[in-house]
Amino acid sequence: MTIPREHYLQAVFPTPFHARTSAANTLNAWHRWRDYTVADAYFDVGLEYTALRNACTVFDLSPMTKHLITGPDALAYMNRLVTRDVAKLKPGRVGYTVWCDDAGQVVDDGTIFHLRDHVYRLCSQERQLDWLHGSAPGFDVSIQEETHDVAALALQGPTSCAVLKRLGLAGIETLTPFGIRGYAFEGGELTVSRTGFTGDLGYELWIDPELAVALWDRLFDVGQQVGLKPMGTFALEMSRIEAGFIQAGVDFLPADRAIRAERTRSPFELDLAWLVDFAKGPFTGRRALLAEKARGSRHRLVRLDVEGNKPAKDAFIYDRRRKNVGVVTSALWSPAAKSNIALASVEMPHGAPGDELWAEIYYQKELKWSRLMARCTVVEGPFYSPARRRAVPAADC
Amino acid sequence: MTEAGRIVIVGGGHNGLVCAAYLARAGRKVLVLEAADRVGGAAVTREFAPGFLVSAPAHLLYGFDAAIERELRLAKHGLGYARRGLRTVAPGDAGALILDGADVVAGEVSAADRAALVEYVQRQRRFAAVLARQNGRVPTPWNLARFALDIRCLGRAGMRELLRVGTMNLHDLLEDRFESAALKGALALDGVLGAKLGPRSGQTFFTSLQRADAHSLPRGGMGAVTGALAIAARAAGAEIRVASPVASFVVSSGRVSGVALESGEEIAADAVVSNLDPKSTYLRLLGARHLDAEFARRVQHFRTDGCVAKLHLALDGLPEFRGVPADALGERLIVAPDCGYVDAAFDPAKYREFSPQPVLEITLPSIHDPALAPAGRHVLSAIVQYAPYDLAGGWDEGRKGLFDATLAVLERHAPGLRSRIIAAELLAPPDLEREFRITGGHWHHGELALDQFMMLRPVPGAAQYAAPVDGLYSCGAGCHPGGGVMGNAGRNAARVVLAALRRAPAGGAA
Repeated sequence: MTIPREHYLQAVFPTPFHARTSAANTLNAWHRWRDYTVADAYFDVGLEYTALRNACTVFDLSPMTKHLITGPDALAYMNRLVTRDVAKLKPGRVGYTVWCDDAGQVVDDGTIFHLRDHVYRLCSQERQLDWLHGSAPGFDVSIQEETHDVAALALQGPTSCAVLKRLGLAGIETLTPFGIRGYAFEGGELTVSRTGFTGDLGYELWIDPELAVALWDRLFDVGQQVGLKPMGTFALEMSRIEAGFIQAGVDFLPADRAIRAERTRSPFELDLAWLVDFAKGPFTGRRALLAEKARGSRHRLVRLDVEGNKPAKDAFIYDRRRKNVGVVTSALWSPAAKSNIALASVEMPHGAPGDELWAEIYYQKELKWSRLMARCTVVEGPFYSPARRRAVPAADC
Repeated sequence: MTEAGRIVIVGGGHNGLVCAAYLARAGRKVLVLEAADRVGGAAVTREFAPGFLVSAPAHLLYGFDAAIERELRLAKHGLGYARRGLRTVAPGDAGALILDGADVVAGEVSAADRAALVEYVQRQRRFAAVLARQNGRVPTPWNLARFALDIRCLGRAGMRELLRVGTMNLHDLLEDRFESAALKGALALDGVLGAKLGPRSGQTFFTSLQRADAHSLPRGGMGAVTGALAIAARAAGAEIRVASPVASFVVSSGRVSGVALESGEEIAADAVVSNLDPKSTYLRLLGARHLDAEFARRVQHFRTDGCVAKLHLALDGLPEFRGVPADALGERLIVAPDCGYVDAAFDPAKYREFSPQPVLEITLPSIHDPALAPAGRHVLSAIVQYAPYDLAGGWDEGRKGLFDATLAVLERHAPGLRSRIIAAELLAPPDLEREFRITGGHWHHGELALDQFMMLRPVPGAAQYAAPVDGLYSCGAGCHPGGGVMGNAGRNAARVVLAALRRAPAGGAA
């Protein structure tokens, strides 16, 4: 399906699933995600979240920016673009990564799908076509944005594998985390990856927009019995914070959008040192990151367990109640972790595991605002990471 | 096996040779690799017809750093001059305009204009001296501060004047001061020679400062300069290998560790210094994949398209130029009769066309240096503007057209010249690119303008001669202070390389 691009007639479009998502959206609650309209929530944020953690949900992922990178130099190009070693990513595998500017500051994060030899799909939070083309001189590659050519659903939750089994995807339970597999679907191809943004067992389903509605209908045909519900962005936001995932524009400012140099963050400052492979050869930002490693970083991303039950949204972080050393970027009271959690960016050397930090939280009850200082504990790893997330074979009932 | 401390210099142009000489004098083991059959780069004397020798592409020496000439004892190594302090001569029906610095030697020029010229030339020299001091410095933030201080030291009035006119176009400036069309044309030419700029283009005052120095003819042509530099380098212990084109730099563990020749031979080095233009250095020999993306993009955007063609004529005798006395034929002859002519010549270049009536800077070097041509015969060398690199329709089609247009202009100023031609060649920018291995065929390795000047030359991240990849340095005209035959880039680069090797003993060998 080709969506008309006459932006002066219409700037924001329905997704390929809109016929179904609009029918399911009993709240008629929508917002804009890039070029598309997507649901905030369908019936109740709390219940959608509960469905995700206890049964399964579908989330319309179609507006996610997607690029197809092909050609003889595709691997060399990808390895120069991103910080991790793409050579280690075998065909049929997905890898999370970030990419940096020359100063080693994160431009964006996303996932690389190694679809087959010399063919990569790069999914990103921000539009990246300009950056990708700007990185291309010297490489024999072709780069195309395919956001509008691929419809996508995130099917996430403990019964997600069961839904796919019922859909007839033979052997889907053996797909390992970050694996990709293709299945025939109604005369087309359904690509399934065991990936997601919820920190739970889950899959992402990629399909020709022409087959989008048929896929939605088939999923709900077979999914009703295992509790499948549609889920909007608000519930997804809860789950991604619990999983400890960062989001561009929320937890870090994409480097190419920053006006003030000190507002950007390096991978080290986002707790993503594990994504930086200095041994793989040259990549954009390598020299700056080596220098940062030698010199030390300016900031650190920390995961905080905040005392009490008041969400620490936008809270300033203090060192022993005195010095302002940072700010919370994402926070909520986590139903799954049963704790008050937050992601925060703090100045070095604060925020080492075991450090005592304090959050200054403003909250209101019946229009009366109050302030409290809540003790924070730095925790390591995600707040919520159930064993089923990584289990192989995946639970299929 | 690595020879401890060896420095390989890729390219034996004048800057590469200057760099080699200074590094060798400091006790370093230096190997210069030149692709052509002889050293010299874009400052050579070459035979273009049997018995006829010409300087190509550079044909006049100006702005050459006297400190280099002295320190490397170039006079002792054979550098002499056939003629120094050439006058500028503009042919004309009513008698030629002849300028000798601030003096009007001949020509219909009013007393007011003569006085204005004295003032103008004095100002040019004062400001050019500030720039010249900066030429000898590595463009670090500290040296930028010294540059600012030098400007301040011009005094309140001088500083204000420099800041006022620094980015102005030459046309407006000349209109303000002069009446004589011929004088304005001659002065305008100095702001646009070698540049893709017309006299009404911004910053042509700045570009004119590069021409404020006296012009000389080295004895034996420009090849004599690079020849003396090669002798000086060898005398200091440097080894020079010609006919050794380098195919690529060898990168190991994120560091340039040597070079690979087109022959397949690999030569290890503790430092590699490139005399090539920035695009050849970074995008061809190193490769974008070894560079950060934004840096590679900046190099790609470095403006390298040449806009100058070079005409060489072998003549069976001396031509006559209208109004030019016989004893002035050996000076620097120009065809730039007025500012409007120069501007009209430039206009088509904006639309990828050559000038139907080009501006010319002409020398007849064999008058002062008879060895350049068989007895009684002469060589004419002319810079022809404008000749855009990316000519619409291509140069295979266009070369003859520009040649004919140039000869028509020459014939008008020198009637009968055409019948004296024994042999001729016109080198368009793609020819210069091919023969002298300069991307875009630009004699400065890239437009010398304020956006590609000092800490911006060639691009931020490589403007202090060190590349953003360890072990690699640049010393060519694409670096500060740029092209012409000055030698400063080579000398400054040598200083940077020596300091770096002192800080980190080469290759970690101790």
